Amino acid sequence: MTRKTALHDAHVAAGARLVDFVGWEMPINYGSQMDEHHQVRTDAGMFDVSHMTVVDIHGPQTRDFLSRLLANDVAKLHTAGKALYSCMLNEAGGVIDDLIAYFMDEEWFRLVVNAATRDKGLAWLERQGAEFRIAVTEHHELAMIAVQGPRARDKVHTLLEADVVVELLELKPFNAVLHDELFIARTGYTGEDGYEILMGAGQAVSVWNSLREAGVMPCGLAARDTLRLEAGMHLYGQDMEEDVTPLESGLGWTVALNDERDFIGRSALEKQIAEGIQDKLLGLVLEDRGVLRPGQKVITPAGDGITTSGSFSPTLQKAIGLARVPMAAGEECAVEIRGKLLKARIVRPPFVRNGKPCEGLLQGLAG
Amino acid sequence: MSDIPTDLGYRESHEWVRAIGDETAVVGISDHAQSALGDMVYVELPEAGLSFEQGDACAVVESVKAASDIYAPVSGEVIEFNSALEDTPELVNTDPYGEGWLFKIRLSDPSEIEGLLKAAEYEAKQDG
Repeated sequence: MTRKTALHDAHVAAGARLVDFVGWEMPINYGSQMDEHHQVRTDAGMFDVSHMTVVDIHGPQTRDFLSRLLANDVAKLHTAGKALYSCMLNEAGGVIDDLIAYFMDEEWFRLVVNAATRDKGLAWLERQGAEFRIAVTEHHELAMIAVQGPRARDKVHTLLEADVVVELLELKPFNAVLHDELFIARTGYTGEDGYEILMGAGQAVSVWNSLREAGVMPCGLAARDTLRLEAGMHLYGQDMEEDVTPLESGLGWTVALNDERDFIGRSALEKQIAEGIQDKLLGLVLEDRGVLRPGQKVITPAGDGITTSGSFSPTLQKAIGLARVPMAAGEECAVEIRGKLLKARIVRPPFVRNGKPCEGLLQGLAG
Repeated sequence: MSDIPTDLGYRESHEWVRAIGDETAVVGISDHAQSALGDMVYVELPEAGLSFEQGDACAVVESVKAASDIYAPVSGEVIEFNSALEDTPELVNTDPYGEGWLFKIRLSDPSEIEGLLKAAEYEAKQDG
């Protein structure tokens, strides 16, 4: 039995192709994922991401708990609405989930975690939280719409009261504001500016319809995947998993090791650093014709690696991917696709930012 | 509702076959298949001269979403592939029964044409 979001009927009416995504019936596209991708890069598109799990942590030891739970350090969060991207690790340093933590006040943090990992993530939260004076509340009653693209914020602003718009104009990236029933975060998963908006499920259809009238195109999860890949953003279950650490997944920047904070997985990460990290996660650009997909073998002079994500980049008109390769690998590599070795280059993500191919990629791509 | 021309033969794996005379046929994928796969970005076609038995994997079409094998709907030797798809694979989406054809094959067993699904039978398989 698949679950449906509050926007299910609106998707059907808009001609969505619906698929089962981790137990949710979600739009994969509304016709052409390519058109939807370009719409987000050049104008504004919106995604129903109500399947994502929203969890509030309340209580006097909320900060202490998250300081123990997360590999990134919530000590960085002091102003209301400020967000932090972090991995949640097991004792072996493997990634249980990646999430965004929002500081609301000293006794209230909000977490947005992956739908695909909801059960094990919540179980882990409950288990680790048992030693702390905190309460974990999951919000089933909320819907979430991501509005993304260079014109996304302007279009959202046309729907809101003037005083809210004033506040949103001041809102910095990776911050959120709470206004009555609306939680508006300047975050996203596309490499474009925009908002992720949480609201009561009962409001979702009217917000969605108003956004459509403001010229925001509905976009499916397929476009969301190519957008995040171009932006060099990682997907849990592909680019990071329970048996790899963030240090082997291009996520060292999200691990705060600078003080003595005793977070779960720290000792394993320190051991890995002391012994030498063997692998790194970087980007791939395929120079030959073909399409990169997850699980393809990457051959480098320093040894073999594997693609963790791969697709066709609608912006670059080339196949791109992410790959876990030996630490000593340079730019040169080949990817094995259906028995053939195709030429590829190892590059540093992102591939696209704010609608434009990233510097350094252009030269190689032109040649 | 997808377009299923009645003058073609089909396989359950979504290839179509248009017989040209008694000895050759054109092969492509159905409107239903292209719609399900989405925006095509790469097509890998068999070189002329290669022979396949009915049901052999003989080509690959890749949309942004996924790679999908194409199975020879009839046995024979490939005599030409659609080179336009190298630069414009999206023809498979825009004109699956015309400009988006995949390859031409010289039939080694012309009786296989009669065994293909009729349009109504193929349509029924999709509903089921």
